[in-house]
Amino acid sequence: MKTRLPVNFLIGAVLVALVLGAAALSLVWTPHDFAQMNIKAKFGPASSTYWLGTDQLGRDVVSQLMAAARNSMTVALAAVLIGGSIGTALGLLASAIGGWVEDLVMRIADIGFAFPALLFAIMLAAVFGPSLTNAVLAISFINIPVFARVARASANQVWTREYVAAAQAAGLNRAVISWDHILPNIGAAIIVQATIEFAVAILAEAALSYLGLGAQPPAPSWGRMLSEAQTLMYLAPQLAIYPGLCIVAAVLGFGLLGDGLRDITDPRLSRER
Amino acid sequence: MGYFLFRRTLGFVLTLFAVSVVVFAVMNVLPGDPALTILGLDATEDALAALREQLGLNDPLLTRYVHWVWNALHGDFGISHSFGIPVAGLIGERLPMTISLAVSGMIFTVILALVMGIGAAANHRKPGDWGMMFISQLGIAIPAFWLSMLLVLLFAVKLRWLPPGGFAGWDDPVAAMRSLILPTVALALVQSSVLARVTRSSALEVMRQDFVRTARATGFSRRRILWRHVLPNALVPIVTIVGMQFAALVTGTIVIENVFYLPGLGRLIFQSISNRDLPTVQALVMLFAAIVVTANFIVDLLYVVIDPRLKARA
Repeated sequence: MKTRLPVNFLIGAVLVALVLGAAALSLVWTPHDFAQMNIKAKFGPASSTYWLGTDQLGRDVVSQLMAAARNSMTVALAAVLIGGSIGTALGLLASAIGGWVEDLVMRIADIGFAFPALLFAIMLAAVFGPSLTNAVLAISFINIPVFARVARASANQVWTREYVAAAQAAGLNRAVISWDHILPNIGAAIIVQATIEFAVAILAEAALSYLGLGAQPPAPSWGRMLSEAQTLMYLAPQLAIYPGLCIVAAVLGFGLLGDGLRDITDPRLSRER
Repeated sequence: MGYFLFRRTLGFVLTLFAVSVVVFAVMNVLPGDPALTILGLDATEDALAALREQLGLNDPLLTRYVHWVWNALHGDFGISHSFGIPVAGLIGERLPMTISLAVSGMIFTVILALVMGIGAAANHRKPGDWGMMFISQLGIAIPAFWLSMLLVLLFAVKLRWLPPGGFAGWDDPVAAMRSLILPTVALALVQSSVLARVTRSSALEVMRQDFVRTARATGFSRRRILWRHVLPNALVPIVTIVGMQFAALVTGTIVIENVFYLPGLGRLIFQSISNRDLPTVQALVMLFAAIVVTANFIVDLLYVVIDPRLKARA
């Protein structure tokens, strides 16, 4: 058996390492203070001081991009953790109990699919005003049905295994079996899904921040940098390029990494694709 | 078949009902006073009381929900606070814009995806296939609003071929079409990436089957086999994704309308948020969610039309 890693996994891992590295580095160091204005240097070109130039307020673009990476990763992580744990718990519950509970959970999941993150964020913004917290809640919410489905489908398969029957015969209750035997065995499927949803969450956060429903000034965000750049497109088109490239790199990275992980953990699927 | 139709229709109605409950709950039950949200913190107590009365906020929740649904079913979504006219009128005014964008986006998406997907499948494991897979992977990762900005940079700012945004109405059809080109392309390029991949894998699946080999042995041309034999049999998964994509496309118009300043429902939603116009936001969110649910329902019904084999099982 060849142990060569799939190409998509490798490219994804490199991109993800770059983005996570930049985000982590921004915790301790950025070339400049990302919020530091220097009006005299506004719209500055790329130079040895400002590697990618400065924006309309003379702020360093590289520092902003790095700080925004941190912001974007935090939002995606929070949304996937919240939505992923609730969804997985619901899926495990549905699979463990079955019957009408399973039907009910899955119907509720279907209803969740009727609400794209954007619609949910719009409702929250209309009632509470736009904020990053609302964006995280909205993205978490759309993750719940996704994970519920994946967890239930994988859990249903594990429930048919002999060791689960053995555990039942040993008198363990369904909650203990779900936690001790089912969850570890659907872990791979959940992690693959989480990686892919991470990419979706980055994209959603960028769109919400672009529309003003996510990160509020002065918090740096790729989406908001783009919405500011849009009004300056005739003056400084370069400002509309870099944040977009960062989004694409991050989304592509996590997407490819997820695909690659799936190819590794479930070779049957990869042959079919 | 009758039972199938009945079950699906019942499911559709129940989902719509549940969606309306969620929308109503988020907009009305969560802590917060809608009157205060609408009028702002410096509103007088009298004004707040009057608005609460006008909005029916003093009625029990259930009564308010029933009223809202009943009126909505009769085309009455209440009065918009910021515009001072019925929400239904506002929607009627903006709907054609959003529909034109969604329909042109969908048509372009399907054409592009089928050509790319079938083309890639026909060139399986050749450069054409890899190129398509690479482009579609990129297309999935590009945010539609950034792609829009890049298109504007190239075609409006640099080349000056097309307008960067805005819409003057259908009085001048040529100008109207020109303003729709960039939004349509931005909407469709991203959506068609997903669809092209599904088309490719579905077509590859069909191409392995015996009847395709028979058709080849009979001496039919490659083109005829691809479009007459492979495509119709590859349609079921494609239609599923098209249905899901129509939903994504309709919500995508919310973003695209805001990038290109098009006066449709998507812009209206954002104007209503900044004007704290809750009845309008509530109506529009419900409308968009209903479109998503309806699109999925239609897809369910279409399966049976496309694949009569499913009829027997249904």
